[in-house]
Amino acid sequence: MTVHDLTIRRPVSRVRAGRRRKTLTFIAEHSVAIALALVFLAPFAFIVLTSVMTNDQALTPDLWPRTWRLDNYVKVFQDAPMFRYLANSLMYSVLATGFMLLSSIPAAYALARLRWRGRDLAFLGVLVMMMLPPQVTVVPLYVLWARWNLTGTLWPLILPNLFGDAFSIFLIRQFLLTIPEEYADAARADGCSELRVMWKIILPLAKPGIAAAALFMFFLTWNDYFGPLLYTSENADNWTLALGLATFRDLHRVQWNLTMAATLIVMLPVIILFFFAQKAFVQGVTLTGVKG
Amino acid sequence: MTTLVRPATDERVVPPARARKVPAPLRKKRRRHRLFVAALMAPWAIGFSVFFLYPLAATLWFSFTRYNLLEQPVFIGLRNYRYFFTQDPYSLQAVRNTLWLTIFVVPARIIFALLIAQLVIQIKRGGNVLRTVFYLPALAPPVAATLAFTYLFNPATGPVNQLLGKVGIGWQPLWFSDPALAKPTLLILSVWGLGDVMVILLATLLQVPNEQYEAAHLDGANAWQRFRYVTLPNIWPVLLFAAVTGVIAMLQFFTQAAVASAVAGGTAPVGGGLGERLGYPDNAMLTFPIWMYVKGFANFQLGYACAMAVMLFVVSMAFTVVLLRRSRVFLYGAEEA
Repeated sequence: MTVHDLTIRRPVSRVRAGRRRKTLTFIAEHSVAIALALVFLAPFAFIVLTSVMTNDQALTPDLWPRTWRLDNYVKVFQDAPMFRYLANSLMYSVLATGFMLLSSIPAAYALARLRWRGRDLAFLGVLVMMMLPPQVTVVPLYVLWARWNLTGTLWPLILPNLFGDAFSIFLIRQFLLTIPEEYADAARADGCSELRVMWKIILPLAKPGIAAAALFMFFLTWNDYFGPLLYTSENADNWTLALGLATFRDLHRVQWNLTMAATLIVMLPVIILFFFAQKAFVQGVTLTGVKG
Repeated sequence: MTTLVRPATDERVVPPARARKVPAPLRKKRRRHRLFVAALMAPWAIGFSVFFLYPLAATLWFSFTRYNLLEQPVFIGLRNYRYFFTQDPYSLQAVRNTLWLTIFVVPARIIFALLIAQLVIQIKRGGNVLRTVFYLPALAPPVAATLAFTYLFNPATGPVNQLLGKVGIGWQPLWFSDPALAKPTLLILSVWGLGDVMVILLATLLQVPNEQYEAAHLDGANAWQRFRYVTLPNIWPVLLFAAVTGVIAMLQFFTQAAVASAVAGGTAPVGGGLGERLGYPDNAMLTFPIWMYVKGFANFQLGYACAMAVMLFVVSMAFTVVLLRRSRVFLYGAEEA
């Protein structure tokens, strides 16, 4: 007997009661969800509204802008070297992401799809490197980069990506594991070399995973505060947007309107990128967690 | 429950265990395979040695020395550690703050993320929009999000207190400027950014086999029992994952506390400014990593900072081991665990 049969035999009054309860649950769930969603969106709304207020109004209880001062955004660029920060942020994020892909895709491939002695040990190394807080190794690394005269620049944050990023390797490996081996076997049967199997067969299928890793790396570097703070604090020429934004408030003591405009400018690229690549991104987040 | 397959095995290039005489073509093939693997792994192997193993060992060595970057490190035995536990006026406060954040923020994020994920799953139409809305705050750069929150929770002019006033609640908390409320305000900020945990839980909840719910329903299980006996056992490993990664994230909690502390305290959270007013108000937001940063890179007591790094290493390694021991099933697939 199926579930369907059971519902048909129920007395009519119970069916109606059940339906009413369902409607009530439906309404309750939707109102709670919408209310919560509004709470989560409220900070963004306040940032946007405050960023177009006059500074005087930003300090008053009025939450809706009396005059829309869109020129606040122009002023932000005039008051702080935002273009320089932007250029530095872009250099950091783009190079770090590019370098990461060059070094991490091969390692992820070897860990996921080739069998060799020491593989599990190497993967354990990747995991430990991924899990440990960066602060654990930061002092000797700083000493190292100081000896190479690269403190004060962003290179100490960019160059290590040429040598594999643990989290990216892990993420790409997890994705590579999901691609059935039959594709590779078919290609091998046709006489493809291992390099060709990797380059022509497997990696094209791994594009979503690689895209997710690239996005994560871009966001991580774009949002990074500790790294640029550590290496470029003393050299404002090399500050990123995150670092510049942190000082913005200091430059403009009580100008919350401009501070919020700058805040929005720093948030916007990430949010736009997210909307363009939402699918790959969510898939990536899921991939990190589902493995447990 | 996970769909990940085990690592691919290429049987043809794996030598049989006890082969004495290997024919020449196979030997050549094996050598090429080894070379291929070596080429693929070489960059990582260099990075792992130079940017991880070496600094790890150096951290341990420096932790037994007095070192200021200009002069050679001088061995002083356990004095850094002794100073940390007996004399440093802020070290234990920093430990307490980080402990507070770990104990309250990690469970709060997971519980709220789970509740919201459960809610989003029930919403058939518009569920995707909701998921995006709840995920969005997790994307906001921490510096930007923290700046926004210091504005929102500004005691005198911030919208939160103004709304509290408008609805007639006389309570006007000082939020980031109140030593007792600074950390709870950081907690609110962290819960706002729970999207990363929520997305993972959402994916896991969707994987729970529907038949199990139907079976429980037929057995007359109520909503709580269905959650307790069907949902929870299914999502348990992922909860463990979220908890361990959450704890390790809290152990390195730096940006939000540093920025909130400096901005609410009226200094720039860069360079010298961080050293002056760190931990405002009343050291309530002085976390372990912030104190380590100040000791190491504002006061250049690098040996002392390394002693703190070693303690951080021990604690986070312990949590990492817990996770790795439990998650073999996930990493390799059920057959190999």
